[in-house]
Amino acid sequence: MTPKRKQKLFIVLGLVSLAAIAIGLTLYALRANINLFFSPVQIAAGSAPMERQIRAGGMVKEGSVSRNKESLEVEFKVTDYVDDLEVYYSGILPDLFREGQGVVVVGELQSDGRFRADQVLARHDENYMPPEVAQALEEAGYSPADYQAKAAEVGKRLEAQGNAEPSQY
Amino acid sequence: MWAFIHKLGSPKWFYRISAKLQPWFWVAAAGLIVTGSLWGLAFAPADYQQGNSFRILYVHVPAAFLAQSIFVSMAIAGLVYMVWKIKVADMAAAVMAPLGAAMTFISLFSGAVWGVPTWGTWWMWDARLTSMLILLFLYLGVIALRGAFTSRDSASRAASVLAMVGVINIPIIKYSVDWWYTLHQPATFTITSRPAMPTEMWLPLLLMVLGFYSFFIALTLMRTRSEILRRESNKRWVRELVEEGQ
Repeated sequence: MTPKRKQKLFIVLGLVSLAAIAIGLTLYALRANINLFFSPVQIAAGSAPMERQIRAGGMVKEGSVSRNKESLEVEFKVTDYVDDLEVYYSGILPDLFREGQGVVVVGELQSDGRFRADQVLARHDENYMPPEVAQALEEAGYSPADYQAKAAEVGKRLEAQGNAEPSQY
Repeated sequence: MWAFIHKLGSPKWFYRISAKLQPWFWVAAAGLIVTGSLWGLAFAPADYQQGNSFRILYVHVPAAFLAQSIFVSMAIAGLVYMVWKIKVADMAAAVMAPLGAAMTFISLFSGAVWGVPTWGTWWMWDARLTSMLILLFLYLGVIALRGAFTSRDSASRAASVLAMVGVINIPIIKYSVDWWYTLHQPATFTITSRPAMPTEMWLPLLLMVLGFYSFFIALTLMRTRSEILRRESNKRWVRELVEEGQ
């Protein structure tokens, strides 16, 4: 490599690393704002503002969903398995909303500690599987957290047995 | 090996070698994309939670992969052009940009369409979606910079610098879902770990990803060839080529 080219290479690399440092520091300074939502722990610790529109996220706690039979009102708890956040909402829930599912709720934290949601968004995880595999996993007593490790394996077993009935598991 | 790379740097040689390579990539792209999309859209099993809407993944994921890979390729080509003054690298970078922008748009659009039934919204300013939108603007910036100068040299240099600096956005896109809380889920399909889906869903996705990459290579070879002819039109070898053809 000629000295001229070497010099150019260093200039370019220097420029790129300077830009990377600048952006890195900016993102570091803004990290609290880049997070899409507050977790129930953060809300319980008082780091979320009251009566201002915020987003909170976590899992819908098992057995916490109660629907009003006459209206679209629904109450549920969002949990991160440490703290719970009580949420109430009136409106149509997304298809993926269910107990144990990740959600992001948009709304305001009330002074009584409950969360009035204007919008409920469902999160989904990175695991995909056919329904029969999911059923087989559930019957074998695995939690959704194990799905990732087990899905491929069970899928293969089902295939090997020529799409055997899931009830065998 | 080095001799081969040096030869690729010469427009004349690149033009000859790419003529031989190009058909293979077109055939691979057509075969893989047709097989992968038929398999993925019609035969792969539906997801246990999302049902059939998860099939958008077979377009969304390869497009997003390509959007990021093309930007990295563009930045590398820019570096090669800036440091070693290899013109073919700049021509390749120039023809890659529109395809990259298109792929970014496809991944954003398919993601929005997918978001409506699953998340309940088509757009959310979370780190993954926002950084992908920034990638689209970077592509548009690179394309605009190339058009903004009267001298081709200045245009090439400006576009190369923007591509090289913009490449910082790529790790941000990739790790956004791990660094911050986002609505978007972490990656299903990575090179380093086992995919979080069974084989009968994963294989068609692999075919689609490979097909998209073959398409990218084939299209870049084809468009770089025409760019070579355009920029070298007053060179003797091009004139001889034209005379031979007639």
